[in-house]
Amino acid sequence: MSPETRPKLAVYKFSSCDGCQLAILSLEDELLSLVGEVEIAYFLEARSQTLEGPYDVTLVEGSVSTAEDIERIHKVREQSKYLITIGACATAGGIQALRNWADVGEFVRAVYATPAYINTLEQSTPISAHVAVDFELNGCPINKYQILEVLTALLVGRAPHLPRHSVCLECKRRGTSCVMVLGGIPCLGPLTQAGCGALCPAYNRGCYGCFGPMESPNPDSFAGFLLKNGTPRAELIRMLRGFTGYAEVFRSAGDKLAKTSP
Amino acid sequence: MKPSLPRVAASVVVSKASLQKVFDNMRVSGFSLVGPTVREGAIVLDELTQMSELPVGWSDLQAPGGYRLERTREPQYFAYSCGPQSWKKYLLPARLKLFSVEKENGNWRVQPAQNLVPRYAFIGVRACELSAIAIQDRVFMTGEFRDPHYARRREPIFILAVQCTQSASTCFCVSMKTGPRAAGGFDLALTELPDTFVVEVGSEAGSEMLRDTAWAPATAFDLGRATQACQRAGREMQRQMRTDDLPGLLYNNLEHPRWDEVATRCLSCANCTQVCPTCFCVNVEDHSNLKATAAERTRVWDSCFALDFSHVHGGNIRPTIRSRYRQWLTHKLASWIDQFGVSGCVGCGRCITWCPVGIDLTEEVQAIRDKAIK
Ligand code: SF4
Ligand code: SF4
Ligand code: SF4
Repeated sequence: MSPETRPKLAVYKFSSCDGCQLAILSLEDELLSLVGEVEIAYFLEARSQTLEGPYDVTLVEGSVSTAEDIERIHKVREQSKYLITIGACATAGGIQALRNWADVGEFVRAVYATPAYINTLEQSTPISAHVAVDFELNGCPINKYQILEVLTALLVGRAPHLPRHSVCLECKRRGTSCVMVLGGIPCLGPLTQAGCGALCPAYNRGCYGCFGPMESPNPDSFAGFLLKNGTPRAELIRMLRGFTGYAEVFRSAGDKLAKTSP
Repeated sequence: MKPSLPRVAASVVVSKASLQKVFDNMRVSGFSLVGPTVREGAIVLDELTQMSELPVGWSDLQAPGGYRLERTREPQYFAYSCGPQSWKKYLLPARLKLFSVEKENGNWRVQPAQNLVPRYAFIGVRACELSAIAIQDRVFMTGEFRDPHYARRREPIFILAVQCTQSASTCFCVSMKTGPRAAGGFDLALTELPDTFVVEVGSEAGSEMLRDTAWAPATAFDLGRATQACQRAGREMQRQMRTDDLPGLLYNNLEHPRWDEVATRCLSCANCTQVCPTCFCVNVEDHSNLKATAAERTRVWDSCFALDFSHVHGGNIRPTIRSRYRQWLTHKLASWIDQFGVSGCVGCGRCITWCPVGIDLTEEVQAIRDKAIK
């Protein structure tokens, strides 16, 4: 594509760890062809030069956790034709949404030497709670091939192929024996959307739910089964309130367990 | 004088150590051996070269939603039942590139995938698994649509079957009339006794693999011991499924309240379909490069429990877990018979053991029968 007609791509960061941006940069082999097809107009982690908006495609990493974030996300939205949120923070509030179940003031006093410097909102919320989002790409961090797939689909003009089913299918395809069945290790895989390639079960750990809830989760059955088989309620709640714990399905499942606590 | 090789349909005894010679013979004949071995706490299928890589001295304890290995008293080689994987891992790979296309001077050039297919020797195939392979043979190699990828893998294989001498608590092959004894469909079938292997010769190729093993004709006593050991597996089987009223029972009870009940437990996670040795559903995925000048098509295992699987023009035809579980069970046990002339279930019990919440299809069918609407 000629330099003039390349769509302009922007990448913005909100409250996040930069891991999703790094996932894009770790597309080493494909990066050159990507910059051949899109103009990197704003991506501070990759390029110090920035171009003015509007942008054709904007990727947003991070959650909204300060008053300034709220203002900024509206400006970003105005500048963007398509706004795609990437990662657990942007799509579900991220691990920092743990504060949503606690007193953020208490955290600030415990952690910072000068709490007065910290100006933060009570809650960490996904981008979609503030502006319209065109597409959400899950993961903590995102899978680099999935972001490439989304951008390719957008450029080519077709629907992206992203699985919405459980992590379990990926587990079986790679030949991992189920850690739930083998060792009774609680695993969020049956409730979680595929995308990571079932990484954690392959290392004998339960899934942490990084890719958010799958298409048709059944958290009641899952939680009921684990409780009956000896997983402590507190552990189950902690599991659900993980990297995507503020995503609706996990949030309500965790809240329900907390509420019905005997 | 004893002939140098046993004839087809003969039964012979070979020492346990001679199995290594059989392995070596297979490899010399150009086969890649795959069979059971212990990995991360389960008996899975993988490449083998030495008989010592078999799960020597291991057995398995299976229950709905539970699996664990335990030591056997004697160092037996085949003292376990089916594990989480089945032979479809090799015959119907979980991920298979089919072809790629590239645009050159405005024309598309199609390049079939260059997949190397070894000649497999399957080691330790159980009776129910032979039935499962026979079912997939029907699906993929007979009738109007023949799957060349399956056929290419399937046709040259060598099968060393193992007669079961114990059953897992989740097995019900007796109900499905697929085991515990394999009557045919193998090149060699071995029954493990404490001191020796009794081997049935199923083909010329099988006989050939016994060369230089110091085999001897099985005595009537050895045959009796082998038969009894296998009968014990059948007698001790804990699970059953009545099949005489199938498929009608399920067709007549499509609105049975049990479907709602099972839907409260089922996670729609798809594990049952992935471990099932007869489930064959796949998806084809196309991926293009950024310029849309090259693309490739891959076939991957899919499942009727995945929503996208039943998405058709206009929407999803099975939007609820209830409808998806019902589809799976009625296909497996009822419409499979209409479609392929045989049940889709061989009674291996995998879907019971590997369901994370321990849903048991035999129990579901019985629950429907107990309060059948018709
Ligand atoms: S280990 Fe977890 S993700 Fe894998 S099959 Fe079991 S429950 Fe599913
Ligand atoms: S339905 Fe279950 S028991 Fe029957 S063949 Fe499949 S995995 Fe085995
Ligand atoms: S029956 Fe079990 S394994 Fe199958 S989809 Fe439901 S929960 Fe998963």
